[in-house]
Amino acid sequence: MLYKNKFMVAVPAALLLGGMATASQAATLDDVKERGSLNCGVNVGLAGFSAPDSDGKWQGLDVETCRGIAAAIFGDPEKVEFTPLTAKERFTALQSGEIDVLSRNTTWTATRDNSLGLNFTATTFYDGQGFMVSKDLGIESLEDLNGASICIQSGTTHELNLADYFPSRDIDINTVTFDTPDQTAQGFAHGRCDVLTSDTSQLSALRLQLPEPDSVEILETLISKEPLGPVVRQGDDQWLDIVQWTIFAMVNAEEMGVNSDNVDEMRDNPPNPGVARLLGKDGNYGEQLGLPNDWAYNIIKNVGNYGEVFSSTVGENSPLKIQRGMNALWNEGGILYAPPIR
Amino acid sequence: MSRSPSGDRVALWRNPAFRAYVLQGVLLAALAALIGFIVTNTMANLEARGISTGFGFLDERAGFSIPQTLIEYSGDSTYGRTFIVGLLNTLLVSALGIVVATIIGFAVGIARLSPNWLLARLAGAYVEIFRNIPLLVQILFWYFAVLQALPSPRQSLSLLEIVFINVRGLVIPDPQPLSGFAATPWALLVGIIAAITLGIYAKRRQVRTGKALPIYWLGAGLIIGTPLLVFLLTGAPLEWSIPELTGFNFSGGVRVLPELVALWLALSIYTASFIAEIVRSGIQSVPAGQVEAANALSLPGGITLRKVVIPQAMRVIVPQLTSQYLNLIKNSSLATAIGYPDLVAVFSGTTLNQTGQAIEIVAMTMAVYLVISLLVSALMNVYNARTLLKER
Repeated sequence: MLYKNKFMVAVPAALLLGGMATASQAATLDDVKERGSLNCGVNVGLAGFSAPDSDGKWQGLDVETCRGIAAAIFGDPEKVEFTPLTAKERFTALQSGEIDVLSRNTTWTATRDNSLGLNFTATTFYDGQGFMVSKDLGIESLEDLNGASICIQSGTTHELNLADYFPSRDIDINTVTFDTPDQTAQGFAHGRCDVLTSDTSQLSALRLQLPEPDSVEILETLISKEPLGPVVRQGDDQWLDIVQWTIFAMVNAEEMGVNSDNVDEMRDNPPNPGVARLLGKDGNYGEQLGLPNDWAYNIIKNVGNYGEVFSSTVGENSPLKIQRGMNALWNEGGILYAPPIR
Repeated sequence: MSRSPSGDRVALWRNPAFRAYVLQGVLLAALAALIGFIVTNTMANLEARGISTGFGFLDERAGFSIPQTLIEYSGDSTYGRTFIVGLLNTLLVSALGIVVATIIGFAVGIARLSPNWLLARLAGAYVEIFRNIPLLVQILFWYFAVLQALPSPRQSLSLLEIVFINVRGLVIPDPQPLSGFAATPWALLVGIIAAITLGIYAKRRQVRTGKALPIYWLGAGLIIGTPLLVFLLTGAPLEWSIPELTGFNFSGGVRVLPELVALWLALSIYTASFIAEIVRSGIQSVPAGQVEAANALSLPGGITLRKVVIPQAMRVIVPQLTSQYLNLIKNSSLATAIGYPDLVAVFSGTTLNQTGQAIEIVAMTMAVYLVISLLVSALMNVYNARTLLKER
């Protein structure tokens, strides 16, 4: 019996060691290069962040982040395969290696960062949980919501925020939980609930899908911090750096006034040493990441700086018209602050 | 060493029984090693990737609310509690669905064989329509059809100002037991036992004397009458919490979620279309000679159906009916599409997402459906054994 037990432990253990060795050596960057494209997990459909346009091409802030990463690696923003994921599926898809990076309006929280085997890279959008109500209900503050039914998407931080916020203030609410943003919005549109809650950016997007967008309003009070950003698997520091610095490069470019129109000119005649370092004229910042030295040039040329992406996907040049607010640069009243390239 | 049938000693490895045992043993060991390998490999990989494992999360605070809970539950309850809440919600909608699907299914199945042309065609149309539309589409249809048709809480349809229907669901008065009410449920139990005893007695008496008692009326009288009498004798110790419109919603009373109603309707109507066909096939499997013999004995039509046809048809019906019940239970997991808080929605959905422990949670969910299904099949098998044709 003892002999048999030892055998049964030893054989799997040996096989396991063999399997593990290859698993831990594989670097995501090498896999991506070998495959010739980046696998990026995005939202199934959230206007402004990731949704296919009328030609079936994915558009949005989260989508552009992935295009930026592809541009940094390949010099070609189109070398991305997008995988639409629901809130429930997203972490499993990343953990199992189905996608290389999860760029899907995902809130950075302690549990997600520390116990799921994942790492958050940087914040691409500072958001907060807000509430959308019908104008004729005459609601002014959250205290007026006593007894209201609230439509919410399952598997989000919003469910937890609600349970934190309302019971401690003795406000009685009923939640109705749906699977996708679309079903949640439908429930709200059909009158199943008085209130729709989500990140304010999502509310702006969902509002446009309602039959009468002007009949509803978004309350000013936010009840949570929702820093959204791309996520990678834990244990591959180089890959984490690449995703992180792609975002930092886009933010730094905006700060330095480098955009997709003037980037060629800026590269040929850098106005200052900072721009020269960013665009690969000085130093070997790309090589340090395992990328070509014109990595940041490729991002800005093909995708644009953060400000350009923001304005065309969710900002003033998009149907959503979200103000920069907190998402403005630190020297323009926001909290967007990227470490320097030096 | 053992002996061959003729008594000669043969080598152990030439003994077929011994060889069979060895082969079975090797196969079993290989299977166990494979499972052990998969488990240890998974555990090691999860650990290497820094993903937390184990069932410790069941004791952690869940921190989200659930709209329909059959037991005490709040955001401060544990994930273990959400599991129970979800499980009970699944069982509730499954039980309600099974009862209604069986009633509709038997009615439609019998109607399909009716000599009345219109009734038979209507039953046929019912079966063909509902079994050929995907269940998920039906669930969404009932949900949004029901929601569309209903008014907002402030314009609720009401019945005598105590029962209200609106887009948030059905609100009915909630009975609040006062002290002394406990006697009534016991009286109900006594009534049920008495009715069963009476039934057994009536059957024996009929076998002995050939005379039947009006057992249905007597039984109903016992089951309803006994608790009612006790209830009145103890001074009707029950208070009703009448729903009242305050602010957004009704306070007081019990609310039946529209999600529950939509899911219940869809599951019942869909499964009933299959049950109807099973009932029809069961009845048609009874040889025509049985009915002719009953007619020759001048048994009335109703008794022929109840005492001759249905008991023999049940042998064909029960095994297939079991499959339909199991399908209904498993199909109830489609609840997640319309926001009914069943096991898949609250446990395999929200809890999985908050804790990220996919393997444990999915395994528990699968185990639950397996256990429920095995229990239902076991019960149906017992029933099937009892209704088997006893060949004499």
